[in-house]
Amino acid sequence: MADSVAQAFAKARDESRAALLPFLMSGHPTPQAFAANLHAAAAHADIIEVGVPFSDPLADGPVIQAAAAKALGHGTTLSGTLEALRLRAPGPPVVLMLGINQVLARGVDKFAKQAAEAGVSGAIVPDLPHEEAGEIRAAFTRQGLCLIAMLAPTTPQPRMRTILGQARGFAYLISVAGVTGARDSLPTGTIEYLRRAREHSPVPVCVGFGISKPEHIEHLRDHADGVVVGSALVRALEGGATVADVLSPLRLACRRAASKLPQITGAKP
Amino acid sequence: MTATKGRYGVHGGQYVPETLMPNLIALEAGYQAAREDRAFTANLEAGLREFVGRATPLYFARRLSQGYDGNVYLKREDLAHTGAHKINNALGQAMLAQRMGKTRIVAETGAGQHGVATAAACARLGLDCTVYMGALDCERQRPNVQRMQLLGARVVPCEAGSRNLKVAINEAIRDWISHPDDTHYLIGSVVGPHPYPAIVRDFQSVIGREARAQILERTGTLPDAVIACVGGGSNAMGLFAGFVADATELHGVEAGGDGRGHAAPLSHGSIGVLHGAMQYLLQDEDGQILNTHSIAPGLDYPGVGPEHGGLKDTRRAQYHVVGDAEALAAFHELARLEGLIPALESSHALAFAKRLLKQRPGLTVIVNLSGRGDKDLPALMATGGPECEVGEVKSEVSNG
Repeated sequence: MADSVAQAFAKARDESRAALLPFLMSGHPTPQAFAANLHAAAAHADIIEVGVPFSDPLADGPVIQAAAAKALGHGTTLSGTLEALRLRAPGPPVVLMLGINQVLARGVDKFAKQAAEAGVSGAIVPDLPHEEAGEIRAAFTRQGLCLIAMLAPTTPQPRMRTILGQARGFAYLISVAGVTGARDSLPTGTIEYLRRAREHSPVPVCVGFGISKPEHIEHLRDHADGVVVGSALVRALEGGATVADVLSPLRLACRRAASKLPQITGAKP
Repeated sequence: MTATKGRYGVHGGQYVPETLMPNLIALEAGYQAAREDRAFTANLEAGLREFVGRATPLYFARRLSQGYDGNVYLKREDLAHTGAHKINNALGQAMLAQRMGKTRIVAETGAGQHGVATAAACARLGLDCTVYMGALDCERQRPNVQRMQLLGARVVPCEAGSRNLKVAINEAIRDWISHPDDTHYLIGSVVGPHPYPAIVRDFQSVIGREARAQILERTGTLPDAVIACVGGGSNAMGLFAGFVADATELHGVEAGGDGRGHAAPLSHGSIGVLHGAMQYLLQDEDGQILNTHSIAPGLDYPGVGPEHGGLKDTRRAQYHVVGDAEALAAFHELARLEGLIPALESSHALAFAKRLLKQRPGLTVIVNLSGRGDKDLPALMATGGPECEVGEVKSEVSNG
């Protein structure tokens, strides 16, 4: 299943695009609408990030917190989410986003097995830093799942190399020190930071946090392998927009003038 | 789990977003350097003496001892500046933050005591101070909100979810993630990712050090037991630290709440990760954190410091549950018999002392009177406190 992630990035690259990774919260705005949105997003997304709602997320801003609270209010669970994913029509690879306590509560091995059986390709666990990740990564790898490595603007260079040394699937570069949420502008320095990360990364590097507009993507598309759009999409869906309304212009913005981005060579740090 | 940094058995560790990891690594190094810096430790000692008012007395509660049928000594943390033990840690961490070049402090508070202590320490050191407090706690601890504001702090009420301490910690951590360069998160209890539980325990261990020396000077022997309430668990760790190497029994007392719920993860919880550390916590089978209930805002928390989990697992300490009604009874008894108004949090420890002495009369115990109860008066007056006499009160929650 890790292969499906690599194939998704390869396809986007071949089509001279930055990959688009939209985020949907499971069970939001309702479980039925989530299932429909998951289906609709398949036409626009290279990889779909699916959040499993958690009661106390540390890295999420107000939009995703509120969506999680709403989804929990609808009775959304990890099991229900995996079931919805198992039942979906074939589409782009899915990575889950959830808290470490949700993984531990299920049992690490059981979680990895059930996620793999539901066709999930990997997971982003924002409160699982490199130091604590060893056994969980090993359990994921046994089931063919990627544990997505995360980099932050505060990550110093030597640490970045250590983290990227273990990266599978893709690396997630957090654009800004802060919580998730749409921002008017992206911080300066992101492009240099992407360049450094790609230099040491054995896998494609995606950037997320704060990306909400086509202009943001136009700024980043020649420097990142992919872009993640989360809060902006969740907020629009909350306001009654369709997935296509939000993702069509963003997908267009992902198109590169030419294949400007050097290919990840797989060089080990 | 693999043994990673800051583990107490399986408990502890560092479960935080990558953005914060460099801060934790820097904090560990900065704390180590400060501990080895004689000027820093001398300054801290002077601050504890002259600003906080240490050493706090060890008080023999004569009439309460007669009523409870034992020898009850109270460690008078209620007499520390700002009215609770919280100032020991707040001053220490604020000085540490300043030494590390931080200019801004964020903190959470439940009962408001840690917020007031942090606001006072920041005012003294000239640091910018923002305190997150659950909206429910802002209502039930209004005097402390006003005190924080008077001391120059910005108080941010947190409206999400349970509107109590858990939510305040979520918001404080989110603030810290957004300002990692200039801001120190001054956590108020022995919770959170490594190295916080160790730092807070060390700054609070002055309680146990003093109490041990004081009881030896007074009685010539160590006490049979020491007793403290446990929310996050900092006043308990501070007291226990002085006796953990001795034969003295260590008793921690969790909040049993009332029929609507409790806040007793050591007694009724399971192991999971909350706020950056593995610990006993109250969670459902999906790992969602449950809401808690206690009359004492400072105990109203679904998790507990990882070192307490270690002490429980090795059976070095025992943990018990006292409910709202039993704590309230002890609150009134101390007021009537000793002329002391304890915090509702500390009243849980007093109530357990009564229970222990009923089972085993004649023991000598030290109870940590971790804070004073002035802050609780508006909430208590609003509900109309029960009139209680010694011997009249029955426990409502069984021993955990």
